[in-house]
Amino acid sequence: MNLFDYVRPATLGEALGAAAHPGAAVLAGGTNLVDLMKAGVARPERIVDISRLPGLSEIETLEDGAIRIGALVGNAALARHPAVKAAAPAVAEAVLAGASAQLRNKASVGGNLLQATRCAYFGDPASACNRRVPGSGCDAKGGDRRGHAVLGWSDACSATNPSDLLVPLAALGAVVEIAGQDGTREVPVAEFHTLPGADGDAGGPQLRHGEIVTAVRLPADAARFAAASRYVKVRERTSFAFALVSAAAALDIEDGTIRAARLALGGVAARPWRAAEAEAALTGKAPDAAAFQAAAEAAMAQARPSAEDNAFKIALALRVAVRALTLAAKGTPERMPALPASVFAPTLSAPSPSAPSFQGTAR
Amino acid sequence: MTDMIEPVSPDTLANGSAHVRLGSNAGQPLTRADGRLKVTGRATFAADNRPDGMLYAVYVSATIARGRVTHLDVDAAKAHPGVVEVMTPANRPPLARDPDAKPHPFALKVDALQNDRVRYAGQPIALVIAETLEAAAEGAVLLAPAYAAEPARMDEATGEIFATEIAGFGNPALFEKGDVEAGLAAAARRVEARYTTPAQYHNAMEPHAIVAAWEGDRLILDMPTQAPALSTAEFASFFGIPPQNVLVRSPFIGGGFGSKAFATGPYLLAMLAARMVGRPVKMVHRRDQQFGPVGHRGATRQTLRLGAAADGRLTALDHTALSTTSSFDDFLEPAANASHNMYASPAMRMAHQGLRNDVGTPGAMRAPGEATGSAALECAMDEAAEACGMDPLAFRLANYAETDPQTGRPFSSKALRECYTAAAERFGWSGRPLAPRQMRDDEGRLVGWGMGSALFPCPMFEAEARATIHADGTGTVEISASEMGQGALTALAQIAADGLGIDGDRLDFRSGDSSLPNGGIAGGSGHTATAGSAIFTAGADAVRRLAEIAVADEASPLFGASNSGVEARGGRLHRVDDPSRSETYAAILSRAGLSSVTGEGKGARDPAAAESRAMFSHGAVFAEVTVDPDLAQIRVTRLVGAFAAGRIVNPRLATSQLTGGMIWGIGFALHEETVYDPRTGRPMNADFAGYHVPVNADVPSVEALLVEETDRHVNALGIKGVGEIGITGTVGAIANALWHATGVRVRDFPVKMETLLG
Ligand SMILES: Cc1cc2nc3c(=O)[nH]c(=O)nc-3n(C[C@H](O)[C@H](O)[C@H](O)COP(=O)(O)OP(=O)(O)OC[C@H]3O[C@@H](n4cnc5c(N)ncnc54)[C@H](O)[C@@H]3O)c2cc1C
Ligand code: SF4
Repeated sequence: MNLFDYVRPATLGEALGAAAHPGAAVLAGGTNLVDLMKAGVARPERIVDISRLPGLSEIETLEDGAIRIGALVGNAALARHPAVKAAAPAVAEAVLAGASAQLRNKASVGGNLLQATRCAYFGDPASACNRRVPGSGCDAKGGDRRGHAVLGWSDACSATNPSDLLVPLAALGAVVEIAGQDGTREVPVAEFHTLPGADGDAGGPQLRHGEIVTAVRLPADAARFAAASRYVKVRERTSFAFALVSAAAALDIEDGTIRAARLALGGVAARPWRAAEAEAALTGKAPDAAAFQAAAEAAMAQARPSAEDNAFKIALALRVAVRALTLAAKGTPERMPALPASVFAPTLSAPSPSAPSFQGTAR
Repeated sequence: MTDMIEPVSPDTLANGSAHVRLGSNAGQPLTRADGRLKVTGRATFAADNRPDGMLYAVYVSATIARGRVTHLDVDAAKAHPGVVEVMTPANRPPLARDPDAKPHPFALKVDALQNDRVRYAGQPIALVIAETLEAAAEGAVLLAPAYAAEPARMDEATGEIFATEIAGFGNPALFEKGDVEAGLAAAARRVEARYTTPAQYHNAMEPHAIVAAWEGDRLILDMPTQAPALSTAEFASFFGIPPQNVLVRSPFIGGGFGSKAFATGPYLLAMLAARMVGRPVKMVHRRDQQFGPVGHRGATRQTLRLGAAADGRLTALDHTALSTTSSFDDFLEPAANASHNMYASPAMRMAHQGLRNDVGTPGAMRAPGEATGSAALECAMDEAAEACGMDPLAFRLANYAETDPQTGRPFSSKALRECYTAAAERFGWSGRPLAPRQMRDDEGRLVGWGMGSALFPCPMFEAEARATIHADGTGTVEISASEMGQGALTALAQIAADGLGIDGDRLDFRSGDSSLPNGGIAGGSGHTATAGSAIFTAGADAVRRLAEIAVADEASPLFGASNSGVEARGGRLHRVDDPSRSETYAAILSRAGLSSVTGEGKGARDPAAAESRAMFSHGAVFAEVTVDPDLAQIRVTRLVGAFAAGRIVNPRLATSQLTGGMIWGIGFALHEETVYDPRTGRPMNADFAGYHVPVNADVPSVEALLVEETDRHVNALGIKGVGEIGITGTVGAIANALWHATGVRVRDFPVKMETLLG
């Protein structure tokens, strides 16, 4: 590890001053940054430890009904918070489907928003990577890209955003509150990470150097979906693995008709993929298999594999979206399933309509 | 979670002297002797040592798979604050033994900066020594190696395929019996299938770690090793010093799985570093450094051809393996040899070829050969059962080997039938429909059941032990055994207490230090049998000496009994003909004016028994998998195994070993895989976020049943071994259950979602 200064500012103002230093990096829970430093991927000259800054660890319900989640709120605390569970149960489910209990205790909301991609070539300083060093190339091309993007990628970069939390946040229209030395600004979660472009532009978080994320705000409108929201996450291991594909679905159903729908996919693009076409396709429809299938197809209409080995993710993402919508339509479970977001959660899975009847004696 | 058998009934070992009983301590389901130390953090692992003046070393891992190092910026590294020294091939002190030599059959070539060649990614190419770990790590970065790289050979197309006579450590690579082609031609049903298994890395929780210090020409090493005393000679040979000048302290090992049994390049470099700077040096591998110079399970590609008659009896069994090894050494995963001893067939052929790739040399990894080979064999047997329209268990019973298929010898013991019965009953196998895709759970998920047979040899190596009875009637047993989490400290102490005829709480069991009698190697599932035999005979020897004193002493109630006419138990000697006449050890020693008596013992296989019998542990594993039909998510919802492994010294620990092996089987079937970059040969998932092993959520239910088995041939104690067998059988059982659930034959491990998505 390189030598670095360590500062622990007492106020946000001080922190913004310290973070403006050219080689500065902000440290919250450290579960991502410290790993990257050990691997030599991040080599900050100054660590600005914001983990004890006052005022960033609260979850408050604002006058208009929006929920403001401080950037230093722990992932575990977020998932347990009554207001969050009540208004945005898919957010709680997504958080609990991520990482491990130990990591969730340590990891912050701001850190989760800004965590780096899990592209192995990004994490390997000996590889060329446009995301790490813009314009240096992309060694993932020609290597293993099984987990890579099928939407919104470019020749410059095909990495995916690994966060679970961001998927329901994007679906529900959450916004990121950002403070800088020149004032504050806001960016929707769904657009916070820019997509890769041409000429070695891998995209990345919309955070200027020295800015600090102070909060993520869930709009009041999120609560209208509370009764019918789910997160579904698919991966080889039953727990403690990043999503190969995931989906957050939220429906507002009245009298057998979808009044409004929210759908976002994870693991398919450089950012949580808000599927506006799918949402539009669902509005006014009955919440049935045909509608969900059509919506998922709309969501994936533009998908194309970034490499041969991730072609299967297109069909998989389509099915995950259908499943998330199907489960959401059945209603948010009263209690968090023991395996959140897993297809093996007992309350989660339901016989698919075409399933042959039970014949054996499985126990 | 587990059914335990009753502790095996007490047995006596007549060793031509006083009788000692196995069974007062051995056989009890004791909890780990070291459990409290470990959960309170007081167990000292190698990396916990910090002798005065200690420096830290970090070695630089090559980032290319083949070529030469053309430049290292030594000046930049040395200029970094805290860096003390940099070792490169240019200034590496000489070694007394060529790291590329293979002086004995178990020796593997190691990379110890002998030149500027790079033979695999992850190879050590330099070492930085510094006052702090951080400074050493940064020094390693600042060396910024430059290379002349050559194209990596990472697959069959680019690698060289070669013929071989040896597979594994010294096993013949070819076995033939009968006429396989004729057997296949005559078969009513034939199956041919190809299976692949990836490179897997041991990844014990504790990475390789060492604290090396020199005192003159004495080398003091704190390091985890599966063979503390044996390794002294190995290390000494590299430094031209006598083995007794090397002291290895290895009280606790955080898992080894075969990776901590041999000398490695990085270890030698740490020893050289300590000598170079004249101070103790600590070196702990980063997790990614576990993927390279410390061995692994080489990738295999296996082809099985099975022929069966209409009644399901095999007419031919052909198992060939292409095993990947390094470009410079020869260890080949002996996968096909897993078919030697399992099923009866008039015609058999097991053959190996090697494939040279630019990877580190593979080596023994938990159940080497058996794990990979059994995976393929049990899958192929399932395919053959399907071809014959038979239940998989009935098919295996039809091919039950009454004698060893390879040698024709009788088995020393074989309770496999009982294992099948016990596990099948517990699992509920009898309700299983023959055809696939017949079962759903109440949420519509596909459910499948599969099974596999388990088998592992029960070898013995060589070990020695010393046992002492003290004036106060307590005992000490000394042996350099290896506690690597498997429970050796507990189980061996149980045997030791029985050997001395005392209660466990009167025993001081000393282990894990090379200055103690050579405890052999904790490997091959032979540690308990080998070290246990040495310990038990040492105890019996001490008791014999004590009995000699007592029976010759007129003042003793034992006077006049022959030596074999007394029996030791509970810290007393009793007359066999009149158990009421007895005397404590303390009284005997005190009257004789002795402070102690000491006995010695050896453990090794009786060569005559080895010649006349085939010796294996057996088992059967049944798996239930549940598969989401749309999303191809797989979960092993139940695993039930039953194992017969001779005398069980500690049912709790044995069960833990067996279930641990079965869980390993889940990882083998569904998770474990090294992803190499095809161009650079770098493992791209060399951490636990990327290299997956099962987590608790992957193991909702696992049970290992112990089937009673008496074996009078393996050794006097009847102990076989349980360390590795749990993996065998399990991988096939899971794959077969997946077929039963989905109708898809999975032949490439680990099973990927896309295979099932179709
Ligand atoms: C083994 C493993 C498995 C994981 N599995 C999952 C998973 O399944 N799903 C999932 O979603 N996540 C997973 N994670 C990632 C985990 O959620 C993140 O590491 C965590 O959320 C980061 O939070 P942190 O507070 O520790 O961030 P840090 O490590 O402190 O920071 C991460 C980044 O964010 C920046 N940063 C942090 N806070 C702010 C702020 N307020 N303003 C500006 N910049 C900031 C830092 O500078 C740094 O660049 C996993 C992590 C590990 C190690
Ligand atoms: S895919 Fe993106 S993150 Fe990965 S190596 Fe290429 S540029 Fe870097």
